[in-house]
Amino acid sequence: MKMAIESLFAVIVAALVLGAPLGRYMARVYAGDTFWVTRFLGPIERLIYSLSGVRQNDEMDWKRYAVALLTFNFFGMLFLYGLLLWQGDLPLNPAHFSAVTHALAFNTAASFVTNTNWQAYGGESTMSYLSQMLGLTVQNFLSAATGIVIVLALIRGIVRAKTRHVGNFWVDMTRTVLYVLLPLSVVLAIVLMEQGAPQTLSPYVHAHLIAPFTSGKARIAAQTIALGPVASQEAIKQLGNNGGGFFNANSAHPFENPTAFTDYLQMVAMILIPTALVFMFGRMVGDRRQSGTIIAAMLILFVPLALASMRADLANNPLLRGLGIARSHSTLYDGGGNVVGVEDRFGVANSALFGSLATATSTGAANSAYDSFMPLSGLVNLCFMQLGETVFGGVGTGLATMLAFVIFAVFIGGLMIGRTPEYLGKKIESFEIKMVSLSILIMPLLVLIGTSVAVDFAAGRAGTFNPGPHGFSEILYAFTSTANNNGSAFGGLSADTTFYNVATGLCILFGRYWSYLPLLALAGALANKQKLPANAGTLGAHGPLFMGLLIGVILLVGALNFFPALGLGPIAEQLSHVHVLAHAR
Amino acid sequence: MKGNVTTTPSRLAWGRLSKEAAVDSFRKLTLRHQLRNPVMFVVYVGAWLVLALFVRDLVSGSGGQSSFTGSVDAWLWFTLLFANFSESLAEGQGKAQAASLRQARHEVSAKRLQQAARNSPFEVVAGAALRSGDYVLVEAGDIMPSDGEAVIGVAAVDESAITGESAPVIREGGGDRSAVTGGTQVLSDWLIVRITAAAGDTFLDRMIKMVEGASRRKTPNEIALGILLVVLTLVFLVVTITLFPFSWYGVHYAAHNGRVVGITVLVALLVCLIPTTIGALLPAIGIAGIMRLLRANVVATSGRAIEAAGDVDVLFLDKTGTITYGNRQAAAFYAAEGVPLPRLVACARHASLADGTPEGKSIVALAETQYGMQGLGQQEAGTLIPFSADTRMSGVDVAGRRIRKGAPDAIRAWISNLGGDWPAGLGEVIEQIASGGATPLVVCEDEDVLGLVELKDIVKGGIKERFAALRKMGIRTVMVTGDNPLTARAIATEAGVDDFLAEAKPEAKLARIQEYHSRGHMVAMTGDGTNDAPALAQADVALCMASGTQAAREAANMVDLDSNPTKLLEIVGIGKQLLMTRGSLTTFSVANDVAKYFAIIPAAFVGTYPALAALNVMDLSSPRHAILAAVIFNAVVIPLLIPLALRGVRYKAASAKELLRRNIWIYGVGGIVAPFVGIKLIDLLLTSM
Repeated sequence: MKMAIESLFAVIVAALVLGAPLGRYMARVYAGDTFWVTRFLGPIERLIYSLSGVRQNDEMDWKRYAVALLTFNFFGMLFLYGLLLWQGDLPLNPAHFSAVTHALAFNTAASFVTNTNWQAYGGESTMSYLSQMLGLTVQNFLSAATGIVIVLALIRGIVRAKTRHVGNFWVDMTRTVLYVLLPLSVVLAIVLMEQGAPQTLSPYVHAHLIAPFTSGKARIAAQTIALGPVASQEAIKQLGNNGGGFFNANSAHPFENPTAFTDYLQMVAMILIPTALVFMFGRMVGDRRQSGTIIAAMLILFVPLALASMRADLANNPLLRGLGIARSHSTLYDGGGNVVGVEDRFGVANSALFGSLATATSTGAANSAYDSFMPLSGLVNLCFMQLGETVFGGVGTGLATMLAFVIFAVFIGGLMIGRTPEYLGKKIESFEIKMVSLSILIMPLLVLIGTSVAVDFAAGRAGTFNPGPHGFSEILYAFTSTANNNGSAFGGLSADTTFYNVATGLCILFGRYWSYLPLLALAGALANKQKLPANAGTLGAHGPLFMGLLIGVILLVGALNFFPALGLGPIAEQLSHVHVLAHAR
Repeated sequence: MKGNVTTTPSRLAWGRLSKEAAVDSFRKLTLRHQLRNPVMFVVYVGAWLVLALFVRDLVSGSGGQSSFTGSVDAWLWFTLLFANFSESLAEGQGKAQAASLRQARHEVSAKRLQQAARNSPFEVVAGAALRSGDYVLVEAGDIMPSDGEAVIGVAAVDESAITGESAPVIREGGGDRSAVTGGTQVLSDWLIVRITAAAGDTFLDRMIKMVEGASRRKTPNEIALGILLVVLTLVFLVVTITLFPFSWYGVHYAAHNGRVVGITVLVALLVCLIPTTIGALLPAIGIAGIMRLLRANVVATSGRAIEAAGDVDVLFLDKTGTITYGNRQAAAFYAAEGVPLPRLVACARHASLADGTPEGKSIVALAETQYGMQGLGQQEAGTLIPFSADTRMSGVDVAGRRIRKGAPDAIRAWISNLGGDWPAGLGEVIEQIASGGATPLVVCEDEDVLGLVELKDIVKGGIKERFAALRKMGIRTVMVTGDNPLTARAIATEAGVDDFLAEAKPEAKLARIQEYHSRGHMVAMTGDGTNDAPALAQADVALCMASGTQAAREAANMVDLDSNPTKLLEIVGIGKQLLMTRGSLTTFSVANDVAKYFAIIPAAFVGTYPALAALNVMDLSSPRHAILAAVIFNAVVIPLLIPLALRGVRYKAASAKELLRRNIWIYGVGGIVAPFVGIKLIDLLLTSM
């Protein structure tokens, strides 16, 4: 457990230390400041504008901003859909993969455009290099940038007063990709390559085994080793909270995640931009206490849950312990614990931590099989997603949802102190509450309705591999992951069926646009408002007291929405283990 | 002698009110009424649904099941009745109030004049026939037929029907005391009144409508909260409905054990989860706010105004009457060079002996108490020279001596006319007094200047502390006065206000309010004169004195029947308390859900997953008791909270942080803990029965 705690703190400290300056940097980028980096990249930025005809100072109101975003995403999705359908006839396909099915192409296009990266396929056995690079990796950048510009518009809405304008979508997108995502990805990709991740266009390697073996009745004498431009996709996969692996095994694959060091870097990369965005927010609103409060709230939610997940998994299966098959905590076996589905290179604690980070941010990557986690560790993964991706959350969207919760808490708190609530000088009235409610509550509705539809139909029930409450958890997890645009896969669910491709695909789209368009509308409404001066009677959205209220609201909303469903899934499963033991004695 | 319009109902009256409310709560079980409150409507539908199941169980003869269904259903109906009861009780208070007001409005006849003159002929018409613009004559003993403005005459009017104040007030034509209210009675003399409000739309009518709740529109904050409650209800609807397939899957595919959760249990869970507590009490809280205001003898013309009062962060307060006592008082004497002090004091006293103004009296009092000027009788009073706007002096002519007191420049002019000298050094003292916020009064005898009397505004005791408390709540106070800036500054400092507006003219007041508005502040002010009307119309909370003119009343959104300018401070408290009560009970209502989950979820699914019994942290006796206990708690908490809803949560001036901390602990944390205790107790009761 000591090692687990050390890993946790090493990741968090790195994210905070790197996130603070990155946030400052991003604030300057979006403010349009001229500084050292614009001297290098400014000409490229201006070239892009002159080629595309974007006028830098052409400010948009929220509707134009939203329409630009939707149009951009729509064509991105259409392009990706077409690319996947025609990949068989396109170049850079050394493994000669044929076109993917319509249902899977729809699911994958929806998934990558929305930063979900739910994968109902195995990358190395489905996607050509062209699809991986031009399709998936490009969307990894663009979907992450889309998430960031949503929160940019929202922050501008809070900062600005008496204006309709919330920024220019194209300028925000360009700056995000050019100044933030690309440089960070280049640095990370180079380190990953140095550590052993491949970056090549040469075809898969066929190797003859030195020691052939028999599996079933077939004699296995050769192995195909999948390769590809892995490092470049891997970097943005983590930095942009995408999580879609190049290989089916995701970050458990030695080419995606070669060493313990890259494992650490990937964990830091997942929360780097979400953390930086909170610091950026504090700078943009000119009140750094806001950043402190939000970061602290995130950490207070994250640390205990992550520790619980690691602890539950390290404690191993109580049934095995009962039978005397204990793998005690030891440095051997990487700390022991529930080693099923765990990569030996990383060990149980780092797998659980990776899982917590991948679900707390909307990355959804995996360096182990989450389906094999102890029920409580799986529960933690579910919880992080079901808290609405507020604990760090997806790049941009996570902070946006967190701000929605902050406004929600401000509303409740404002009423409790007898004042019409205001947040950073903006009055929170019925329109704001409508939009905030929509953005917070669409997700649970999608999860619950999606899951109930799936259990009602044979096609939905057919997907589960496991009996008992675990099967229910698998379905619940699939809809939780997609509705939250997380993309984390519990595994144990055969997701590449028409039913699941369509159902989860729809969940992904609704979860993205129904949840975040209201926040753009909120940005527009807030921008239009007058900024009220703060005084002693104003409820400041900072400090321990407000943070407590915020945490309480997030937990309460999450618990009220999901307690019954969790009760029939992981909670019943975990308790049943204990129950069986109690009866066995 | 204060007979408030509304007094807290006595125990007896409460008994009667409750009885009527109880009857009324059954009458409100109609679909039409229930549709008005979305949260309670869900309960209503659930209650009918479970009733249908109960009947089915009875017919099919499944005894054990039907008794459970029956008890759950009974408590669902109780939940509805309790909600209706709370609303009826609040309304009942309003109705009782309206009835007493209505007595004042009984049909009256009016003497309609052909023109506005005392000797004009009149015809007697019904009060309802009067139109705006008619002139009526109201004589001693007559009831004022409608709202209007006195144009000619002076009369003593008994306004107790409106204000509860039994002492008659003077109303006279022209000026700031011209507004008369329908339903009041003229006690002596006569007035000619120009009618300003048609029958049915008088001040009294509006007041009745307001307390009856007929014109009660939802306030912006209520709407926002309403949206939140509807959204929560919808979400819980989905949470409970989806539990059915989840349970079905669990029973048939996962556990192969137990039975699928029944409709009764799902309805019970739904009703427990949706915010019924706040949903039931919301109407009562709103009405109670208006009633509390009325109890402070303030009538608001809209619920919006009360809510705005809670948001106000700038108060415009008239100096006179609010911050200082109405009049200046003598504080000290300063003799001119070469004049013995006793001579000054004696003369000043003499000049004031026959002067009935408070200022004059205070000079006499000061001379007698501080300087021992006793024993000089009234007989030497001489001829009183009253103050006139012309000379701006007053005094006395006695035995050929002309003693005068007045403003420095007026006396200076008078002296120089008589050929006297203005003593050197006097100017300095005048400057000094004025800069201290006081008013210097020069006393002279013929052409000799004797010295100065310092008249000071006396700041009310305790007002500084009140302003400090307001500041802590983030409310700025602005003192409005006609004084010069120097005087104003001194008093502002002494009273501890944040800002002041000196030499205030109505336009200046209006401009200052607009300036605060442009900076995003919300402003409250009081006023009574016609020239206050534009500023009153501009302010977010505009409190008009009942004695104010018709124009001021029209422009204001609240009327203070006591005409007490300090009332504004109380109104702010009432507005805040209203919002706080709503917010705190919402928090309490939602926080309650945690315990209800722990009662119902294990009870509902323990048949499928026996291990879920571990979640039964309250150790409730049986699944049925657990569910019933949660439903009962959910119902019973409504009547238990009615007193709180009507009274409002405890409120004291404190900073946002302190208030929040207090209310989070009581209603947030308390809201989580209380039902654990309550449900456990109800379970124990059920078991012992």
